[in-house]
Amino acid sequence: MRRGLLTTGVVTVLALAACSGGGRDKSDADDSGGGGNAPGSSGYTVAFITHETPGDTFWDKVRAGAEQAAKDEGVTLKYSNDPDAAKQAGLIQSAVDAKVNGIATTLVTPDALAGAVKSATAAGVPVVGLNGGIDQYQKLGALMYFGSDETLAGESIGKRIAGQGAKHPLCVIHQTGSVALEARCDGVKSAVPGTENLQVNGADDSAVTTTLQAKLAQDKSIDYVVTLGAPIALDAINAKQQASSPAKIVTFDLNQEIAKRIKAGEVVFAIDQQPYVQGYMAVTSLYLYLKNGNDIGGGRPVLTGPSFVDQTNIDKILPFTEKNTR
Amino acid sequence: MRRTLRLLARPEAGALAAAVVIFVFFLAVAPSFRSLAAFCTVLYQSSTIGIVAVGVGLLMIGGEFDLSAGVITISAGLVNSMFCWYFGVNMWVGAALSLLFCLAVGFLNGWLVMRTGIPSFLVTLGTFFVLQGANLGVTKLVTGSVSSRDVSAIDGFDSLRAVFASSTTAGAATIWITVLWWVLFAGVAGWTLQLTRIGNWIYAVGGSAGSARAVGVPVVRTKIGLFMVVSFLGWFVGMHLLYRFNTLQAGNGVGNEFLYIIAAVVGGTLLTGGFGNASGVAIGAFIFGMTSLGIVYAGWDPNWFKAFLGVMLLLAVLVNTYVRRLSAGKAA
Repeated sequence: MRRGLLTTGVVTVLALAACSGGGRDKSDADDSGGGGNAPGSSGYTVAFITHETPGDTFWDKVRAGAEQAAKDEGVTLKYSNDPDAAKQAGLIQSAVDAKVNGIATTLVTPDALAGAVKSATAAGVPVVGLNGGIDQYQKLGALMYFGSDETLAGESIGKRIAGQGAKHPLCVIHQTGSVALEARCDGVKSAVPGTENLQVNGADDSAVTTTLQAKLAQDKSIDYVVTLGAPIALDAINAKQQASSPAKIVTFDLNQEIAKRIKAGEVVFAIDQQPYVQGYMAVTSLYLYLKNGNDIGGGRPVLTGPSFVDQTNIDKILPFTEKNTR
Repeated sequence: MRRTLRLLARPEAGALAAAVVIFVFFLAVAPSFRSLAAFCTVLYQSSTIGIVAVGVGLLMIGGEFDLSAGVITISAGLVNSMFCWYFGVNMWVGAALSLLFCLAVGFLNGWLVMRTGIPSFLVTLGTFFVLQGANLGVTKLVTGSVSSRDVSAIDGFDSLRAVFASSTTAGAATIWITVLWWVLFAGVAGWTLQLTRIGNWIYAVGGSAGSARAVGVPVVRTKIGLFMVVSFLGWFVGMHLLYRFNTLQAGNGVGNEFLYIIAAVVGGTLLTGGFGNASGVAIGAFIFGMTSLGIVYAGWDPNWFKAFLGVMLLLAVLVNTYVRRLSAGKAA
């Protein structure tokens, strides 16, 4: 009897295990990158240091861009990250000690990193900034900067939704005490004065959904929901359905799922700061500087965004999101 | 009179009083809180915390902690999602595999605690970090990103969604199936604690493991079983998250382990073990759900969110302790 049951169980599992559609596309072998030079064939080693908190899809793309550039240019890339400012300074210092040829680093906490960046420039190691620190990179002694201006990005969203008639947008902050996220919402508010901020627990999708749902039920006059990260926008779609709210959803940052939702019309648009470009250009600029003494940006920061993704250009961009490069 | 005193001495008496106070408070200050739809949203939010809190409460009554209970929900979802996405197999297979995985983690937690005598706080802190790192590392390896892929088109997704993440709408109110599961789990836990021999064992091992062992209670089996109950319920919530949200962020779930413990403590469970019950823990989770959403329904400045939450929870614990002391004093 027992054996009979077991056999039935095994057979059922085998039957269920038979291939079913909807999963990974197996014909699509890993074709990311391709070609390129042997690592280190140019002889340069670049340290790439970020304040990445592990688990954020955004940094996947920054890193993918940096790795692609390293491959294309034959640069040896040393990636490291720490969300803690003091530890990030330590990473920069250890890159200097390791005598790398160049350092690309995010500068979101300029004051904490100033000392380490100075010791790099003092040792003759060129530094470029990316992603954060647009106002301070020159003062710190970094040569070039690739990133977007958070406040400007917020303003662009604000202006665009104001043009579509937004009166009372809700700006959803999914991380406490983040200067960059606050700056985005401030930017939106500067264009649409009726903007209200809402704090949610970004580490728990069901908490984000219910909080948004409650807010949409509490204040029926909310006409736009501005989320600051792609995964939060997905929760906002759920909340909107639950609360049967007419609010429209727009978001910062892009991922594959959001790209599909834009195509389906559930998200009006996404604003992309093109993280892949930030990673790619930071490494490339160091390569060109070392190889050819080039300076990119004419002494000014190079803006990688904001770039709008909406129904007019989604068909072109969707395939890139599937490859995780946009 | 004696009967009311005995009622007050029950672990959930304080929590119940606090829940009523908070409920009336939000009814008074938040107009949009006064609707059936809002109440159902609160119930849903409570259930996502409450289901795992049932297990964590039992475990705490049994005298142990599990800090891996928050991330294991995400691990559970990821195992199911990525296995099925990568190999293109029916979602039920992945769900079963994920269940085995979670039970194994629970067993390992319990076994390590019992075998080594290291406090469960440290052992599960270790598994917490291991799972957190593995969630990110493995997801990145399998999907090339730190979130899992869209699995909604794979066979079995819809039937599993019906089990773990369906809802029915009556008028403006939406009842999520997790609320029903939560009530069921809390009910089973309450019945086990109060009316079965296993329940006596749980109280005994939490009160004093040494004396429990002396009178013949299977301490090791009971405690390992409790860790496995927690990881089972973590799996359950993980399934809900996967089948409701389809794609999971590998870095999520962190921090929820404390919410479960808060729910249990607010519900009258002693941090030192041996005291508490299932309905108290359920009320604790309800208080959490009510407070976190009540603040939003009241339309208060969101920057103060966490501060309000902390004050509310402290008040709940204070009322709770006060009522318990009062009743214990009078009864004595």
